[in-house]
Amino acid sequence: MSEDVWAAQDTNPDAIETALRELIRERHAANEALAPARVLNLVVIVEREWKGEIANRLEGVGRYQASRTVLCAVEDNRTTLDAVAVMTYDEPSGSIGVMREQVEIDVGPEHLRNLDTIVDPVIAPELPTVLWSPHGHDEAVQSLLHMIDVMLVDSDGLLDPATAAVRAKQLLEHAYVVDLAWLRTTPWRERLASAWDLPDRRQVLARIAELTVRHHPGSRASAMLLTGWMCSRLGWEPARLRPNNGGGGMCGSARRDGHEVTIALEPIDQESPGLGGVTVTGELGFSLSLDRATGGLCARERSRDGEERVWQVLGASRGEGGILGEGVRQALLRDPTYGPALDAAQRFCPS
Amino acid sequence: MTVIVEQTELGENPLVEGLERLPVHPTALVIFGATGDLAHRKLLPALYNLAHEGALPERFDLIGVARSEQSHEQFQADARESIERFSRTKPDPDVLRGLLANTRYVPGSFDQDSVYEGLERTLREFEEQAGHGLNRIFYLSTAPQFFPLIAGKLGAAGLREVEHADTRIVIEKPFGYDLASARKLNAEVLDVFEEEQVYRIDHYLGKETVQNLMALRFSNALFEPVWNRNFIDNVQITAAEDIGIEGRAGYYEGAGALRDLVQNHMLQLLSLLAMEPPAAFEANRLRDEKLKVLEAIVPPAPADVNSMAVRAQYAAGVSGGVSVPGYREEEGVAPDSRTETYAALRLHVSNWRWAGVPFYLRTGKRLSKKVTEIAVTLKPVPHLAFQSTGSVGVQANQIILTVQPDEGVSVSLGAKIPGPRMRIRPVNMEFRYGTSFLSQSPEAYERLILDAMRGDATLFTRNDEIEALWGIIDPILTAWHEDTTSEIPQYPSGSAGPVDAEALLQGRQWRRL
Repeated sequence: MSEDVWAAQDTNPDAIETALRELIRERHAANEALAPARVLNLVVIVEREWKGEIANRLEGVGRYQASRTVLCAVEDNRTTLDAVAVMTYDEPSGSIGVMREQVEIDVGPEHLRNLDTIVDPVIAPELPTVLWSPHGHDEAVQSLLHMIDVMLVDSDGLLDPATAAVRAKQLLEHAYVVDLAWLRTTPWRERLASAWDLPDRRQVLARIAELTVRHHPGSRASAMLLTGWMCSRLGWEPARLRPNNGGGGMCGSARRDGHEVTIALEPIDQESPGLGGVTVTGELGFSLSLDRATGGLCARERSRDGEERVWQVLGASRGEGGILGEGVRQALLRDPTYGPALDAAQRFCPS
Repeated sequence: MTVIVEQTELGENPLVEGLERLPVHPTALVIFGATGDLAHRKLLPALYNLAHEGALPERFDLIGVARSEQSHEQFQADARESIERFSRTKPDPDVLRGLLANTRYVPGSFDQDSVYEGLERTLREFEEQAGHGLNRIFYLSTAPQFFPLIAGKLGAAGLREVEHADTRIVIEKPFGYDLASARKLNAEVLDVFEEEQVYRIDHYLGKETVQNLMALRFSNALFEPVWNRNFIDNVQITAAEDIGIEGRAGYYEGAGALRDLVQNHMLQLLSLLAMEPPAAFEANRLRDEKLKVLEAIVPPAPADVNSMAVRAQYAAGVSGGVSVPGYREEEGVAPDSRTETYAALRLHVSNWRWAGVPFYLRTGKRLSKKVTEIAVTLKPVPHLAFQSTGSVGVQANQIILTVQPDEGVSVSLGAKIPGPRMRIRPVNMEFRYGTSFLSQSPEAYERLILDAMRGDATLFTRNDEIEALWGIIDPILTAWHEDTTSEIPQYPSGSAGPVDAEALLQGRQWRRL
């Protein structure tokens, strides 16, 4: 990977944009086979002291790098803009090579209210723009909402799932929301959908009596979203969950055709964020558990007559780098089931 | 809140909505020819990648069948080595271990009943472990002479169907050697299996760009109005390789360029390019439309073959700066071989949309460059107000779809050269997968294996389609076979092909490679 760099202190958006155009023009003139990636813009707002950590996370997304990343680092007491623009490229292996641009702009708190006037000139025009603001900075987010297409959030990052749900719903009114907490549930949703695709099990789907979701202590939002997804897809009526005898768990129920589905969210001791397991139990004694294991999931099925089968469902863990990369990729897609799942999850949240 | 539960009564799975990865029924995949090159370079790595991404069904079992005597463990060890070498993603040791743990090996010749008994036993064991029927896929990755034998033996052993699950047979190319053998093979396979169970593979159809040809045509209003004889002057489909036969004389001497690439891949590209929009992107609707195109191509009369088809062989030359031997000097090739390493055709699709538009197809080995592309050239504008002094002038618009190496689409347009005079030169508007999408294209085999497991035959070739494909080139094969005296034109290795191919174009020019 090679790179061209431009840097300036006390600069302005026009100068940054001109520098970017010039970097592309010069590199293309030197090698016509190099073309700029044109998929999407990613705007990131971070505390300056955490800039390195966020940059590392962005590097971890691998091939899901945005075409142009604009990282705004907020520094106390700063009143001017400093900027570094880096264009990275691989020498072409076929007839073309791809260039990507990263811009870091150091901004001060004063700039946040009108951050759109700094970011708008710098992003690549005509491309969808994704905004990620992992450290809050609501003022900056508000300023940018009118010009973005997608908001990347992580509902697991907020301590209170109720607040996370309210915030995600508010954002949904302005932009398409890609929620990393939702993406942590993707393999589980896929496997549950697959498990209930078998005709014999499908009959049980309409007669579920219990749903238990095991999760990392910091991933209750993921657990609620998975539960909300089951509710919204199966037409269950959610009711508020309550704390379950300490330990951070939640329990409660949902209504299904006049029957009750018992719901439990159980924090478990696991290293990775996200879910650890799901157990679905039918009225007639059938149950299916999926639990995180090496090389995929461990599936455990108990039939109505008590016979138990255990097997491995294959799949590599994406890791948190993979989740963020998936978040960037999902910005180009639309998932119609997140909104209804979020609605249901919000109704589970204690007030 | 949307209430979906009623759908469960109707048999729909309400949990599937919105998912990118659709459920696949638990499956046992049997690869005949499991120790072969295709299995080790493509199929096993493709299966691993599907496992890595969590795309395999919740229960997936693999059985390798081949002649060599070896244990399950030895087959697993060889499979591991191939996956580690050829997989596009770095294998996760735990996923790989899990995949191989459910892998078995059945040794024996394909004509031995014991092979099918062993297979039946192993499949039953897997089904007992699962507690329910597994879909069965028999993947024939063997030499083509074994296809009817294996199909017949599977039928005789009662393996053509299973209770509460589906059985499918995937057949690699080449499907037949000519029209008669393709018909015979179809009859033999369909004597055992229903057409719905048969998946004839052409891995080109699994390539993203090939599928994108349909997206380009049918999701953009821009192209359809000009996609006909009124606006299109000609179409050129090129599949050029810069390599020689790479030690595959045994196969290539019996095949040649026409069978190797034109009969399948290139005519598939032609049919996708020329077909009418299907009412739905569904297997039979799509294949019906492709078939109509193939049936509209009138096969040449014997006397016309020389005027619409050119064959040639590569001679010694320089490729990539290295001196290389001619085809007849390659190891295993007869010094008087008449097998063509280059074939070019001019075809016409005789229907309302395409009447009068020539479709030029060319393929060859040891050409100057590796490229597979479709070039659609539009007719020139009817009147030109600009003089071309001092410029290359106005050229007809071209739409170029590149299948490999850099998948994408480009459209050439006339644009004004900056300056005081009105001078025009062609410029390109380019779309490249590499610059416009974030994700890597999956290997064609991953897509096709998954489709076969899901029972989606859209990207596979139907029996009538395969016979129509052979029907187009059969007269050419016959004419070339019967001509035992004329000189086979030679072209230098590393060149753009034989000069004789120019004559097919009737005053036009081949696109530069």
